[in-house]
Amino acid sequence: MGFSDADLQAIWLTVRLASSSTVLLLIIGTPIAWWLARTRSRLQGPVGAVVALPLVLPPTVLGFYLLLAMGPHGPVGQFTQALGIGLLPFTFWGLLVASVLSSMPFVVQPIQNAIEALGERPLEVAATLGAGPWDRFFTVVVPLAKPGFLTAAILSFAHTVGEFGVVLMIGGNIPGATRVVSVQIYDYVEVMDYDQAFWLAGSMVIFSFLILLALYTLNPQARRF
Amino acid sequence: MRSFPTTTLLAITLGLTNIAQAEEVSVAVAANFTGPMKEITAAFAEDTGHQAKTAFGSSGKFYAQISNGAPFDVFLSADAATPARLAQDGLTVPGSDFTYALGTLVLWSADADFIPAGEGAAVLQNGKFRKLAIANPKTAPYGAAAMATMRALGVEDAITPKFVQGENIAQTYQFISTGNAELGFVALSQVVQDGEIGSGSGWLVPGDLHEPIRQDAVILKRGADNPAAQALIDYLQGERARVIIRAYGYDLAH
Repeated sequence: MGFSDADLQAIWLTVRLASSSTVLLLIIGTPIAWWLARTRSRLQGPVGAVVALPLVLPPTVLGFYLLLAMGPHGPVGQFTQALGIGLLPFTFWGLLVASVLSSMPFVVQPIQNAIEALGERPLEVAATLGAGPWDRFFTVVVPLAKPGFLTAAILSFAHTVGEFGVVLMIGGNIPGATRVVSVQIYDYVEVMDYDQAFWLAGSMVIFSFLILLALYTLNPQARRF
Repeated sequence: MRSFPTTTLLAITLGLTNIAQAEEVSVAVAANFTGPMKEITAAFAEDTGHQAKTAFGSSGKFYAQISNGAPFDVFLSADAATPARLAQDGLTVPGSDFTYALGTLVLWSADADFIPAGEGAAVLQNGKFRKLAIANPKTAPYGAAAMATMRALGVEDAITPKFVQGENIAQTYQFISTGNAELGFVALSQVVQDGEIGSGSGWLVPGDLHEPIRQDAVILKRGADNPAAQALIDYLQGERARVIIRAYGYDLAH
């Protein structure tokens, strides 16, 4: 008993998807977290709520609307077609968009908390010493808020690996392109191949445990999430 | 004076018998049969007084649930293989299985002009589409029949790169109806309206291009002593149920 070629393909795809969405999310999520942590705008509440929505919504809801939106009649679908890149569902890029949206709160919230915990003081001190905004961000905020960034990265990676509902809704179960590990396990159970399902699912349990262990060891504060 | 208690007693006894006769049967039903089953259970309650409690889902999932003790009396599968497998595991009432419906496969598009009447085979051979959706052939009998059809038409290799697999026939329909796949193979029961394809355009796949899509029903061990389970199986073979089943685009075995 071991991983089949199809399993390895699914694992590789999952790792690729999880790392790409983590990198993208750190780039997109950081300015959002920054803004949420420091703004006094009345929009803070609504924007924060929108970012947190994927925590509450069933993944099928997100998947369903994405399927409609990215389809040929949906606004996103019309846009991507106009750009000449075709439609996103059933492609790696479609999964990436979906993963970024569904893992957004796991990145924004830890970073936002870390920046809030920092307070104004370090930034003011840095400013009086003549540091510009970018300098302040990279030499003061990032090192001090490092645990938040670390938590965000690990959580978004882990959450994308564990995602099933969204992927199932817009993936189309194409080997090598959209069949991630969770879908592969589902497939095994549906064809009643419980041995293979047991093997792959067990690996997921061990993987998830190790991820969380790493998170808690590297960053004891993360236990509060 | 004497007749009063007797009649009361008689009335109570009759009442009790009625209650005893109106049983409840819990049924696991393949998702593709959702529409007709809802009508059939309503008619069943009306005609027999028995209540059928239904759960709809994929046959593979029901197999897993039933093997693990899920409390179902009757199972209406989307195929013949799953009830056979349950029988092998000793989880069914021997000899209770029968074919309640024969599925009709249809090549369907949400676009009303995509599949000109009667030209489904030509559309497949031309291959002028980006994505074609089928149900997972390993788990869904309609998916397996779709594969057999494309093999029979000699277009399997050409179309395989354009496949998009739905986990089941319902998701396959979703891919096509949202336009993300231009066309695909679904059950006629999903797109039927008054015995015909209701919206979009489609092609009824001739039955000789694939094995018949036999949907078998079986009484499960738990339902062995439930009179309502046998009643439901009988009812499914009765005239009223057969009319409903046909109206949803299924064929009957006999």
